[in-house]
Amino acid sequence: MRSIWRTLDRRVLADIGLTCLAVFFIGLSYGAIAVSSGFPLWVPAVQSVLVLAGASEFLFVGIVAAGGSPFAAALAGLLVNSRHLPYGLALPPGVTGRRWGRLLGTHVMNDESVVFALAQPDPARKRAAYWACGLGVLACWPGGAVIGGLIGSAVHDTGAFGLDAMFPAVILALIVKDLRNARTLRAALAGAAIALAATPFLPAGLPVLLALAAVLLLVRAPAASPEPARHPVGAQTP
Amino acid sequence: MKEPTTLVVAGLTTLAAGTYAFRLSGQLLRARITFPPRATRLLEAAAVILLAALVATTALTESHGFAGFSRPAGVLVAGVLAWRKAPFLVVVLAAAAVTALLRVLGVS
Repeated sequence: MRSIWRTLDRRVLADIGLTCLAVFFIGLSYGAIAVSSGFPLWVPAVQSVLVLAGASEFLFVGIVAAGGSPFAAALAGLLVNSRHLPYGLALPPGVTGRRWGRLLGTHVMNDESVVFALAQPDPARKRAAYWACGLGVLACWPGGAVIGGLIGSAVHDTGAFGLDAMFPAVILALIVKDLRNARTLRAALAGAAIALAATPFLPAGLPVLLALAAVLLLVRAPAASPEPARHPVGAQTP
Repeated sequence: MKEPTTLVVAGLTTLAAGTYAFRLSGQLLRARITFPPRATRLLEAAAVILLAALVATTALTESHGFAGFSRPAGVLVAGVLAWRKAPFLVVVLAAAAVTALLRVLGVS
């Protein structure tokens, strides 16, 4: 733990702190929604710790509350969470820890911890950012869910505070420096367009996976325009 | 909760175990296979594409439909600020503030 504070500069830690605070507020709404849809408090409490992936938990609670079978809800949630497989492929080895530490390091893999890790310039800082954000989310998401479940309908309408805009803003702020590379930007826009076009027709989670097809735009060997041998991700120190 | 508790516990366990398996399997694959540097760069770019698609879908859509104007407007303002290298705190709070303000003004 101590090495996290030494390795990361203050600004990155403050950014991670704000992200965790946003996660806490979304957790509040998750707990409140789960309890007010008729679930006992232990459902959001246990789920937030063991699943630790917000969108899939909202989906699970929503499907079961609407009368769907819990297995169908679990499958829908798994579809949403399948993006963690390419995340694991993208993370440099060692970021999630070694030996026993990796058991926990694997569990705290989520959108936020992955994006903070990718944004760091070197392996030591990638690992520190990954763990700081991962452990922060592990504390704030269940904490928010339990408190939200306890105070119930008082925090039901998080939309009024614009909190639903914070998650996409956090991710966007962290990938924006990769998007300055014109080829990455083109591929990312194509991927976003594919996902948006597919959203009305496909179950949640699948559209985002389809976006990976846009990687093909980057595969063609750049014959005429030699790409600078720069790492596309995390190459620039912000 | 209309469903029996045991069924909910079974569904919840399935979701938790399967999610952990997804989190683990990507890393195991990466450790088994040695990727050339170009492939490693592609894998990281793939993560950026995935995250960009996540931004687009969470900003613009809500359960298969359009999420309304105020949320994407807030995220758009955040995107412009981030592009212009505004501090992270400003970017994220601006997203929430713009969205909340538009809703106060009656925008969906």
